[in-house]
Amino acid sequence: MASQEILREEPSRGSFINDPRIRSLFFQTLVIILVFGSIWWIVDNVIDNLRRLHIASGFGFLKSRAGFDISDTPIAYTSDSTYFRALVVGLLNTIIVAVAGIVLATVVGFAVGIGRLSQNWLIRKICTVYVEIFRNIPPLLVIFFWYSGVLAVLPAPRESIHLPFGSFLNQRGFYLPRAIWGDGSWLIGVALLLAIAMAWFVAHRARQRQRATGQQFPVFWTSVALIVGLPVLAFLLSGMPLTFDFPKQSTFNLTGGFWIKPEFLSLLLALSFYTAAFIAEIVRAGIRGVSKGQSEAAGALGLRSGPILRLVVVPQAMRIVIPPLTSQYLNLTKNSSLAIAIGYPDLTATAGTVLNQTGQAVEGVFIMMIAYLVLSLVTSFVMNIVNARMALVER
Amino acid sequence: MQEHDMSWVRTEMTLAQPAPAGERGAIAWVRKNLIGSVGDAVLTVLGIAIVLWIVPQVVNWAFINAQWTGPDRSVCATAAQGGIQPDGWTGACWAFVNAKFGQFMFGTYPIEERWRPILVAILFVVLLVPMLIPRVPRKGLNAILLFVALPIVAFFLLVGGAFGLEHVETARWGGLLITLSLSFVGIAVSLPMGIVLALGRRSKMPIVKWLCIVFIEMVRGIPLITVLFFASVMLPLFLPEGVTFDKYLRALIGVSLFAAAYMAEVIRGGLQAIPKGQYEGADSLGLGYWQKMSLIVLPQALKLVIPGIVNTFIGMFKDTSLVLIISMFDLLGVVKQNFADPNWATPQTPKSGLIFAAFVFWLFCFGMSRYSMYTERRLDTGYKR
Repeated sequence: MASQEILREEPSRGSFINDPRIRSLFFQTLVIILVFGSIWWIVDNVIDNLRRLHIASGFGFLKSRAGFDISDTPIAYTSDSTYFRALVVGLLNTIIVAVAGIVLATVVGFAVGIGRLSQNWLIRKICTVYVEIFRNIPPLLVIFFWYSGVLAVLPAPRESIHLPFGSFLNQRGFYLPRAIWGDGSWLIGVALLLAIAMAWFVAHRARQRQRATGQQFPVFWTSVALIVGLPVLAFLLSGMPLTFDFPKQSTFNLTGGFWIKPEFLSLLLALSFYTAAFIAEIVRAGIRGVSKGQSEAAGALGLRSGPILRLVVVPQAMRIVIPPLTSQYLNLTKNSSLAIAIGYPDLTATAGTVLNQTGQAVEGVFIMMIAYLVLSLVTSFVMNIVNARMALVER
Repeated sequence: MQEHDMSWVRTEMTLAQPAPAGERGAIAWVRKNLIGSVGDAVLTVLGIAIVLWIVPQVVNWAFINAQWTGPDRSVCATAAQGGIQPDGWTGACWAFVNAKFGQFMFGTYPIEERWRPILVAILFVVLLVPMLIPRVPRKGLNAILLFVALPIVAFFLLVGGAFGLEHVETARWGGLLITLSLSFVGIAVSLPMGIVLALGRRSKMPIVKWLCIVFIEMVRGIPLITVLFFASVMLPLFLPEGVTFDKYLRALIGVSLFAAAYMAEVIRGGLQAIPKGQYEGADSLGLGYWQKMSLIVLPQALKLVIPGIVNTFIGMFKDTSLVLIISMFDLLGVVKQNFADPNWATPQTPKSGLIFAAFVFWLFCFGMSRYSMYTERRLDTGYKR
């Protein structure tokens, strides 16, 4: 009978189709076949296409003569240099603009972020307007605005705008006096290093003493005195070995001095003002994220508003701020590739030129990707160290 | 001795008294918000100085001195530059924007065919508005129409080549048409793709997990320009001989892949925030993986990360302007291309064009961010700690 047959059956373990292990094995095999199948198909096509276009693959082209000029060269470079050197110049330019941008964006961002929490209604509103404007327009547009909207319509070199300290501003860029260090200026560098070491030592001893006896020591002012005083002393002792090369106006152009090109200036200003809006929001969220009880408790302990901010609120806010700040720094570094739109020779721009000249598309894109990945990894590594030092120490 | 009862109980409520005179009114507000302390007063003076320095200049430039209509560059150039304005005049050249408005919107889309993108835009607005208003019923049908039917209709309307419509190559598209269509398709593709990638990254299958991690981290580590370069230079190499890809499609693939990687990380944050009990509860009800995810986990996770998702949308909308680098002309590209028009080249033209483009971008991004804040408030169940 049917009912008895069912009873006699082994307890069902279900079909093997429903076994999660077998399912997972099946799906993973399927994924591997699909992914490697398409990679094989793509590689096959690439090899086919390259052969048809007579492009030799490999990185041998890096050793040949570049044959194009680069406008901003932090290291010696001529059109006779190799492609490799051209790419290094591009990478250095990317790093320069990224580092300068990160510093400027952090300063502006923190100022605006704190301003948005100010008691002062007017300051609060000004900072809000700034953030809402810059957050909602594309960075490329901001770059164009500085480049073709502001810097390109400045007066011609002959009618340069005079700024304090003998600097000039015109449509060809920003001209600053160049500092020329004479003999014996190494003393100043040594003095600065020495001062930093001494300040660190003083801070260390002061902390030890405060732990042991509870007595405080004015570490901040001592450090400022050391770090400013010692180099100044060295400067005076070594006979003031500093002269300035001021930019001079000639008929058609300015000569001498330190010249910042409009491409660099507009890229730097645009990137830092754009990123500063995001940093401001992060800083605001960080400070608001510290519960009010913390500052009230600190007040109840008898701390004044300065120490409350410095010892209680900011250390806790930094914990919230640093991870998103890291990703903003990464974004700024990646956005610096927009330089190509106004002709600042960063990594993307030089790699693009190399790619066009040699036709080595695969290698060119590969180099770009690796370089940006490495930059991103280095930035997150540094910020992770900072984060680890700031993080909550738990048992 | 008679007990002397000292207690006194008030039997009626006291009337509410107005706040002290020093705490209300405009003067108190000023004292509290503008000149609370010496530092505050200094900041206020500084703020007023900034406002007085910037606002009149902007108003003068954008409205009072601006030129709204005109046939060519002469209305926006000073006499020395070959125009009709007095020397030293500066003002916005809205006449330039006015004259080029059609191009800014549609690029070089044939003028007699421009009713097609306009029709698509009308359909889009008609479907989008009820989608955004929570009270309007039939959200499911609306979503199908918006995300399935509209793209098909829009494809035939915009590209043409069927139903008696003239074929318009994507190379002739431009302006806001490209900006909006790229970002709409990018948004529609990147959200589901981001969900799949995020689920893949949290999968228990090691191979799926690692493939997703490698993809996400690779794409997030490189700039969009490199991805676009990749899409425009490498994709043709990847395909067999003779198969060519439209440039627009290549940009679309690049932008979507890029946004999907960022979306995946946002959604992963939401998935991680869902307590383990929810997963286990779904398991104990006997739900399969996809049922568990689509009925229990994802609705909660997606709701949690609405701000992040909208931020990614906004980022993507802004990033569409980068297609300029691979010589496609979106709104920003067309504006920039028109600076070179000798008929309109004046010192004021670039600034005016860019500010117009900035205003359009700003409207869309600001609108999106406000709507996300509204949705966040509406969906807030109050369970948040």
